[in-house]
Amino acid sequence: MSELISIFLSMAIINNFILAKFLGLCPFFGVSKKLGNAVSMGFAVTLVMLIASIATWFINNYILIPFGVEYMNIIMYILVIASLVQMIELFIKRTNLTLYNALGIYLPLITTNCAVLGITLINAKESYSLLESVVASLGGGIGFLFVLVIMSGIRERLEIADTPRAMRGLPVAMLVGMLLGLTFYGFGGMI
Amino acid sequence: MNRFWKEFAKGIIISNPLFILALGFCPALAVSTSVDNAIGMSVGVLFVLLGSNLIVSAIRKAVPNIVRIPVFIVIIATFVTVVNLIFHAYVPALYESLGIYLPLIVVNCIILGRAEAFASKNPVTSSIADALGVSIGFFLALFIISFLRESLGTGSLSVFGVELFTLPVLGEHPMTIFILPPGAFLVMALLLALFRRIGVMKSE
Repeated sequence: MSELISIFLSMAIINNFILAKFLGLCPFFGVSKKLGNAVSMGFAVTLVMLIASIATWFINNYILIPFGVEYMNIIMYILVIASLVQMIELFIKRTNLTLYNALGIYLPLITTNCAVLGITLINAKESYSLLESVVASLGGGIGFLFVLVIMSGIRERLEIADTPRAMRGLPVAMLVGMLLGLTFYGFGGMI
Repeated sequence: MNRFWKEFAKGIIISNPLFILALGFCPALAVSTSVDNAIGMSVGVLFVLLGSNLIVSAIRKAVPNIVRIPVFIVIIATFVTVVNLIFHAYVPALYESLGIYLPLIVVNCIILGRAEAFASKNPVTSSIADALGVSIGFFLALFIISFLRESLGTGSLSVFGVELFTLPVLGEHPMTIFILPPGAFLVMALLLALFRRIGVMKSE
């Protein structure tokens, strides 16, 4: 149990996907201006990460490893993620139209989000068990959501702040990323 | 031939993938902790971009428009697998330190972006020129970032085991923050602002 908790905390806070591993920076800089959008994007990524982790765990342990073709994992994972995203999109469209409209264009964009491919590669590299993969992907997703929400609040203030002309937009967002990263680095002593 | 050089030169400065187009930050920030990593990553990107641009441009008339993105992704993933196997076999130390960022070249926006925006519409020779130019632009940007981070963060600079220089005071008391993740954001923010400032001054 304590093993699982430490995986969760490490993925969510200490080795945060955005601030320490630099995975999923595009949504961090791109869509995080409104709180609602940030929350939708965070949940969509968490959902896809969770399902992708479970699917790739089965593929890894029942197809790739028994047949000795682990080197095919990159092609396999990217195809699995792309088709999963399509299926989730169709499923949500049929069952819950409000959720579909809320997630909007973010769902298809997730295919090329490094965080999703990243978590499947991390699971394979650390050879996590099914339960550990689930906990790791949940931790990663929640950490991602957490940082997007914090950033959306800061972005709203940045819009009205008087920043130098050359620093406006991306550079100042990167500086905020640095300050957040320093803060999260301090959590390193937790484990 | 003239066109070849035009496409080649464009990717290096005018539309530099990192500093001007702001694409592909994830690998750039993560692996720029040392110059060795930056060189390794750039070689990986060069190989994948060259291969994918070449194939995508060669088969551009045979691929139906509706399935082009999945086709591009499979082509890119194939070349990334090849790069992974080559790095694993010949430069295991570099392979270890690049970690998951080497396979993550698959989802690097620069590569899919060039395939979609350039190679799928242009003949093979200009696509090769484009791939070379963009890769060199990527390498230069990554080199500047990693040069600053490694020399400030460790106080010295060494490239593949050869010690180039040690800074006077920083050699003993390095500013470790620069090789930590927050340092990547700091260096990138300042460089982006600097390039914007230069761009503004030029246009005025």
